[in-house]
Amino acid sequence: MTWDIALILGIDGLANGAVYLLAGLGLVLIFSVTRVVFVPFGDVAAFSALSLAAFETGRTPATIGLVLTLAALAVAAELWSLARRGEYGRMPRALVGWGLLPALPCLAAWAISGHEAPAAVRIIVAIALVVPIAPLVARVALQPIADASVLVLLITSLALHFLLSGLGLLFFGPEGSRTGPLLDGALTLPGGFPVSAQVMLMIGSAVVLSAMFFLLFERTVQGKALRATAVNRIGARLVGIRPARTALLAYTLASLLAGLIGVLIAPVMTMYYDSGFLIGLKAFVAAIIGGLVSYPLTAIGALAVGAVESFASFWSGALKDVIVFSLLIPVLMLRSFMARHIEEEAEEIDQ
Amino acid sequence: MKQRHIVLGVVVVALAAAPQVLGNFAVSLLNDIGIGALVALGLVLLTGVGGATSFGQAAFVGIAAYGTAWLTTTQGASPWLGLLFALGLTGFAALAIGALTLRLGGHYLPLSTIAWGLSIAMLFGNIDALGRHTGLSNIPPLHLGSWSLAGPRAIYYLVWSLLGLACLFSYNVLQSRPGRAIRGLRGGSTLLASVGADAFRVRLTLFVLAALLAGLAGWLYAHMNRFVSPSPFDVRASIEYLLMAVAGGLGQLSGALVGAALVLIMKNGLQDVLPLLSQRGGQLEAVAFAVLFIVLLHQARGGLMGFITRRFGKFWAAPAAPLSEDVEPLPRRTPPPRGELLLSVKGAVKRFGGLVAVNDVSFDVRAGEIVGLIGPNGAGKSTMFNLVTGTSPMTAGRVEFLGQDVTGHAQQRIARAGLARTFQHVKLRPQMSLLDNVALGAHARARSGLIAAGLGLDRREEAQILAEAHRQLARIGLADRAHELAGSLPLGTQRILEIARALAADPVLLVLDEPAAGLRRKEKQALGELLRRLREEGVTILIVEHDMDFVMKLVDRLVVMTFGSKLTEGAPAAVRANPQVQAAYLGSGVEKPAAACADTSAAASAALATPVELARTA
Repeated sequence: MTWDIALILGIDGLANGAVYLLAGLGLVLIFSVTRVVFVPFGDVAAFSALSLAAFETGRTPATIGLVLTLAALAVAAELWSLARRGEYGRMPRALVGWGLLPALPCLAAWAISGHEAPAAVRIIVAIALVVPIAPLVARVALQPIADASVLVLLITSLALHFLLSGLGLLFFGPEGSRTGPLLDGALTLPGGFPVSAQVMLMIGSAVVLSAMFFLLFERTVQGKALRATAVNRIGARLVGIRPARTALLAYTLASLLAGLIGVLIAPVMTMYYDSGFLIGLKAFVAAIIGGLVSYPLTAIGALAVGAVESFASFWSGALKDVIVFSLLIPVLMLRSFMARHIEEEAEEIDQ
Repeated sequence: MKQRHIVLGVVVVALAAAPQVLGNFAVSLLNDIGIGALVALGLVLLTGVGGATSFGQAAFVGIAAYGTAWLTTTQGASPWLGLLFALGLTGFAALAIGALTLRLGGHYLPLSTIAWGLSIAMLFGNIDALGRHTGLSNIPPLHLGSWSLAGPRAIYYLVWSLLGLACLFSYNVLQSRPGRAIRGLRGGSTLLASVGADAFRVRLTLFVLAALLAGLAGWLYAHMNRFVSPSPFDVRASIEYLLMAVAGGLGQLSGALVGAALVLIMKNGLQDVLPLLSQRGGQLEAVAFAVLFIVLLHQARGGLMGFITRRFGKFWAAPAAPLSEDVEPLPRRTPPPRGELLLSVKGAVKRFGGLVAVNDVSFDVRAGEIVGLIGPNGAGKSTMFNLVTGTSPMTAGRVEFLGQDVTGHAQQRIARAGLARTFQHVKLRPQMSLLDNVALGAHARARSGLIAAGLGLDRREEAQILAEAHRQLARIGLADRAHELAGSLPLGTQRILEIARALAADPVLLVLDEPAAGLRRKEKQALGELLRRLREEGVTILIVEHDMDFVMKLVDRLVVMTFGSKLTEGAPAAVRANPQVQAAYLGSGVEKPAAACADTSAAASAALATPVELARTA
């Protein structure tokens, strides 16, 4: 391996790492607030990539049907739970919040599809289109069992992934698509080494977004409410934070991140309806390295996973994932050794 | 208990008759269900009972399937030799993987199972000797003598007999000494260590057992399908096994069978029904399956059997084993002569970073006495407690127990030497009966292992343990509630139950962490009487307690700590009169008439009671 190849692999790894970093942030955000490992995260990213590809080829993205279906289910779930509690007065609000609000990006998508909209508009609409997905599926499938054990939540979340990727196949079909680059051209590093602008965009977005996340959590009341819920749900309730609302915020933010990831990787990778799973899994690895709670460690983990993947694929394409996941075990052992868990009781299983 | 036997009998008869009635397709499906249930059974034990989630069981199925496939096709060996080889290989792999990963805590363990589950499955597809992605074919069918088990009907009885035996084995294990330790795993390693069990070894044994069940399934799979390829052993397959266990119910062994049937029938049913409804039925399959699964978990998060047990538990409850009165009691330790030095703490120091929690504390406990360890909040009592019991390591100093240096010994080793403890935050297994909880305490007094227990060879010893547990329950006055669940008791009674568990270990020294907290007056009196009676019987007690009234009436000697150091020690009356102690509890600025302080013990003990500690901090 020469230095040139190492540099190419390094930058490739950095770009991968940037994607895993954003996805890892989303997973940590949801887990820390709701205790749910949100497996369908990658599917949401795939849907935004596929939507953008649909806009480029002048088709109406199938995501519209998906979002409207989910919105109808969420409205039904919300109305049903309000009716059971006899709170009929709050129904109009639920109708607007769960039905009308998710329909707005669908309307926008419908309006621009088939027209030659500017690239920026297409990107924004493609992202906005998938933002309702995570909150909607969470409302329908996860909120009713919010107090179940982590294992049951995880299994439900896995089932949701099967559901979403199944719907993806139904709505988008088995064909893969790839979009044109968001940015053309290349930058030349000192030493005459070219780096494509797309890769720079990916790395830059990851840096800017993670900085924004940091500020959100450190400096805003909403961010502090999220952190408070993550630390102690009951305590957060006592000071007037509503876990359901905080969870909704977490899912929305995560969905937004997934949408961004989708449009960022759409030009560099052919996306299929089920491409999201492996992205989610590797981001999950990064998140675990961060202990599912620490954002800076998640960032380091994401970059490490990206780099290992990139170098491993150079040595053996077939064994790439074997190498990534086998290297995980010593890292986990180190993490577990360093973590001071003097005593931990497993939670009881649900009866 | 009758209903239980009737249901079981009906199930067995129905399964035995099934191949005579059903078509080939249904019998093949039943074979798949049986094989899936074997793997799910391992998961119910490992994940449901033991609390360790595994996303890698399919890899063990694969190791066994490939093992026997390789041996029988390329080496031409008999499939029965293949069984030994497959189980040996799976067991060895599980032992190696478990030894590396089972110390991982929290979410690291499930993630590591994804890691090796994924890696092993990918290796199958990349090894030339295993046929890479094409796999191995022409695996010979099984033969029993001259009887060929090639067809689905022929192998059916082998699959289901093995499943039946595996269920029986697992059931026996859970009702035994190693089974109680396995059921204690969710209570944390400190709980197991306090009864002299090593949580890591218990978990490793359980992990290997679950892997062997998966290995058995893999062997059956290879010789039933006579073809292996990598895809049935990847992470998606592992997830499906986990789905089976969760759908059936992780809390019951029957959940494995019910879950495997539910998942496989649901999938097959959808494959048949959906194409009739829509042309894109094949694509709808995953969606419909996921929806049904989510609905199931919404309605019954404990799985189908969890739901049934909750609804019909009364008719379904396991029969309480009759207690045989005439068993020979478990062997007891010879108690040390009264007055002999039992525990000696010399210059104990514990630092957490810059904070010195315990600073150069020394004291002795002699056989036959009750010693109280008291001090204001934050004095370092609980840290001292952890140092004595070996729960956390000392920074400097020495602890001698029964004349032996036990500094740095593992907690379970100290427990086995005869030191039994209770917990300030009660650590009982809420889903286990009172009797089982107490019997867990006698863990170190018996020896039967997993295999003996599974084969039912431990019956005599088991009767001895249960008789001992019953005796201890009677001692604390809870004998008539032996078969209730510990989680249904009020907190105060749970504390007493912990004492019974500690007593079941036949301890030389009993170390109690605030046993009177949360007890009512009458209960406190009963506890005091119990502890005094134990002293008469030769049990030595070290007690950490806040309730001064209770301690003062009970103990022979007090050790007082404040700010991590030992303030003084001596008889209760002397300690009460000690101006330093009063200053520690009340603050040095408190002015009191000297006469009132010296003569009325009631006033002094009131002054030393907990509410005053609040006054001190205020």
